Amino acid sequence: MEGIGLIHYLTLSAVVFCIGVFGMLTRRNAIGVLMSIELMFNAVNITLVAFARYVTPATITGQVVAIFTIAVAAAEATVALAIVLLIYQHHRGIDVDRINFMKW
Amino acid sequence: MLSYAWLIPVFPLCAMAVIMLLTHRNRVVSAALSITAVSIAFLYAWAIAFTVWGNPEVQRFSFDWLNLGPSMHIPIGIQIDGLTAMMLIVVTTVALMVQIYSLGYMHGDPRFSRYYAFLSLFTMAMLTLVLADNFFLMFVAWELVGLASYLLIGFWFEKQSASDAGKKAFITTRLGDLGFIIGLLMIYTGCGTLTFGGVFDAVKTGVLGGAFLTTAAIFLFGGAIGKSAQVPLHVWLPDAMEGPTPVWAVIHAATMVVAGVYLVARSLTIFMGAETAAMTVAWIGIITSLMAASIGLVQNDIKRVLAFSTVSQLGYMIMALGLGGFTAGTFHLMTHAFFKSLLFLGAGSVIHAVHTNDIREMGGLHAKMKTTSITFLIAAFAIAGIFPLSGFWSKDEIVASTLGHPVFTVLTLLVAFMTAFYMFRLYFLTFTGTPRDKHKFEHAHESPKVMTYPLIFLAVLSVVSGWIGLPWLHHGFSSVVYHHEPHHAEFHYGLAAISLLVGLSGIGLAYLMYYKRRIDPDRIATSMSGLYNTLLNKYYFDEAYEVLVIKPYYVMCQGWFWFDQHIIDGLVNGAGAFGVLWGRFQRWADETFVDGAVNGIGWLTRGFGATIRYLQTGSLQNYAFIVFAALVILWILR
Repeated sequence: MEGIGLIHYLTLSAVVFCIGVFGMLTRRNAIGVLMSIELMFNAVNITLVAFARYVTPATITGQVVAIFTIAVAAAEATVALAIVLLIYQHHRGIDVDRINFMKW
Repeated sequence: MLSYAWLIPVFPLCAMAVIMLLTHRNRVVSAALSITAVSIAFLYAWAIAFTVWGNPEVQRFSFDWLNLGPSMHIPIGIQIDGLTAMMLIVVTTVALMVQIYSLGYMHGDPRFSRYYAFLSLFTMAMLTLVLADNFFLMFVAWELVGLASYLLIGFWFEKQSASDAGKKAFITTRLGDLGFIIGLLMIYTGCGTLTFGGVFDAVKTGVLGGAFLTTAAIFLFGGAIGKSAQVPLHVWLPDAMEGPTPVWAVIHAATMVVAGVYLVARSLTIFMGAETAAMTVAWIGIITSLMAASIGLVQNDIKRVLAFSTVSQLGYMIMALGLGGFTAGTFHLMTHAFFKSLLFLGAGSVIHAVHTNDIREMGGLHAKMKTTSITFLIAAFAIAGIFPLSGFWSKDEIVASTLGHPVFTVLTLLVAFMTAFYMFRLYFLTFTGTPRDKHKFEHAHESPKVMTYPLIFLAVLSVVSGWIGLPWLHHGFSSVVYHHEPHHAEFHYGLAAISLLVGLSGIGLAYLMYYKRRIDPDRIATSMSGLYNTLLNKYYFDEAYEVLVIKPYYVMCQGWFWFDQHIIDGLVNGAGAFGVLWGRFQRWADETFVDGAVNGIGWLTRGFGATIRYLQTGSLQNYAFIVFAALVILWILR
């Protein structure tokens, strides 16, 4: 064992991503779904930074993209939370199973 | 003064227009207007005559009526020469006398004003006809004359027979006019002009000639056959007596029917240039004359006798013209106009008095109507050609013009004999002897002065008008109707004596048969019943036309009617029915296939959409699951 390598980061990232997917598909609470999506974002961020560190250490492209992702995630979270708030006002609840007004 | 001669027809035209438009409610004003107009024309005509006669120059005044470049150029205008002046006098004199006479005859007629309007129209047309300096204007006037004659013959149109007679006259003369217009077109094609001068020059210089000219001349003569009631188109004239009697005098004795003679006289140069055509004219003339005179021998209707007498005399003139006797034909035209209109007006006076046309119901009227009787007698002597009345001189010229054609001479004298006979038969039966119908005789009375004065005036003319042709005057009548090649039949004492003798013997025979009753006319009639009936029925001309023309035409028309109804209509209806069927088929095809395709696409889309819409659950987690499941599947299938 030579300490922590790229494989460990990727494994962590995969685990976090799977937790996020699982959470997104199973949570009924819309806030929970959003939180799971955040997990998925961060898993991707870990991957990006890890690859940047290990594959192309000379540049910081991966890190830049990660920061972009974080910014976009923040913006996305804002919009999503606003939607959730409106859904709450409209439906008196945020259970995503009951939110099917986009159905045909 | 001559250059204003075009005003002559304008006076009656204005009279007609004013009567028709303004004064037709007022009989007195209407009649006065009409008579004034014709009086002015009458005076003007005499003034012109005195200026022109003895002056061989032809006066022409014309303007361009239609000018379409060198290929089509029709000037119209008037031409005044001796012949025109003579015709002007004849027309205006007779028209004036008749209009005055009609004041009495038509008194109380409900359409009095209209009658005068028609008479004015007729006078205008006739005056235009004789003034025209080209065939074109002449043809226009010719047709107007035909129209006026139609209107006047059918004047009492409530009577079926009158309206029929009007139509018969119009249609029969139209047949001749067809020939006229064909002749005109041929002449125009041949020499490119229709003015008399131009056409005659073309004939003289030989531009027009040969068979072409002969054909054109015969067609042209067709117009005269129709208008002047020559065989075979003479049938309309005897029926035309359905019109008021004075009309009959003006139209069918003195003016309209001589239009045909005038046409031949005017275009005599053309006929002289075509020998065959001239002989055709002469033969048709003598045949007409002979036939009509023989019919006149047996008719019992006073108007009918006079009608056939007119046809016969017209045949005379035509024959003389055909033989080149320009002077003879036109001279007889003038004298005949006077004595024949006198006869007609006299007959009108008689009919006015006894209210019948049938001479078998008359007799002895001399006692009741002296003026009428005496004037009638004068006219009868004139037409019989008795010295020194007008008919003697003109008839003698006609006989003289047949010299060199013995057949014509004999036939002409035969006609003269028959003419004298039937005219005096008419006179004796009407005015002498004992009244055969007491009742009608009692009611008979002399006509009013307004009717007898024209009779007297015309009687004077019947006596003196022939003296223009006195043999010891310079050139006789030919100096009056000067033609470029003066034709002057020298007075022939021998012939004159023979024709006088013939006339007198005709009168003598009539005297024996109908006055002295030495010879019983009825016995002759029964002994020659075949001939008698043929003559009485006018050689069965009307019947022949009925069988040969009208019936086949009728059958043909019915045939065509059937053809039209069944075949043409069948085709049209068939086309229609096919259209409807085809339309129905198209509608069916449209509804089934086109609409089916459109609707089918609609249904398909709808059904597809209805099926796959269930995929859209609206549940976000479902969508996300599908996305990830698909990802996993794709990853496995990698």
